[in-house]
Amino acid sequence: MTILHLLLDGLSWLFLLGGSFFCLTGAVGLLRMPDFFTRVHGAGVIDGLGCGMILLGLIFQAPTLLIAIKLILMFLFLIVTGPTAVHALAQAALHGGVKLLPDTSRADHLQHEARAEASETESPA
Amino acid sequence: MYAVATWFILLVMVLTLVRAVQGPTLYDRILAVNACGTMTVLFIAVLGFLSGRPEFLDVALTYALINFIGTVAVMKYFKYGNLGHGGQTEEERP
Repeated sequence: MTILHLLLDGLSWLFLLGGSFFCLTGAVGLLRMPDFFTRVHGAGVIDGLGCGMILLGLIFQAPTLLIAIKLILMFLFLIVTGPTAVHALAQAALHGGVKLLPDTSRADHLQHEARAEASETESPA
Repeated sequence: MYAVATWFILLVMVLTLVRAVQGPTLYDRILAVNACGTMTVLFIAVLGFLSGRPEFLDVALTYALINFIGTVAVMKYFKYGNLGHGGQTEEERP
């Protein structure tokens, strides 16, 4: 075992375990948060941080360059589209009428704005 | 190393599915299924490395694309009622 192999294995362990920990944290957040919009953060952590770290851990273990390139492509795609889809879902829920918790700050102001905008576009021109 | 990650990913998939069953609103369920799909992508990739066949990455990459488009398609369906909608409501056209 050369030093390089040990280093790569150590980095892989670090990223894989860290990524698994963040995925677990995101899933616990998804289950235990009190409101939909707070759960969105849990899903964002799973998509962005957990996924990214696990894929980075796998990149260090790739046997050939082609596999490393595929993993890098997957990593770039997932860290861009994961949080984007979650954000689009949060916006759809805001316009769809999911209620915010009353003690989150600026909550009523945001909901009122979204409702006002939705009712403006719905009224016939 | 891969075995530890596999167990964690399986646990996270079960937890997201609990939220998918339990979620009081529709959007909770879409969120949970999207997260489960992302964990499926990771699961395929890690399982490929575990069994010594990293060629499964092609499947994982394809499913990552399908998962994203599927989530957006489900949201579009529930907003507009059908999937053929162009995305612009009648009132917004000039």
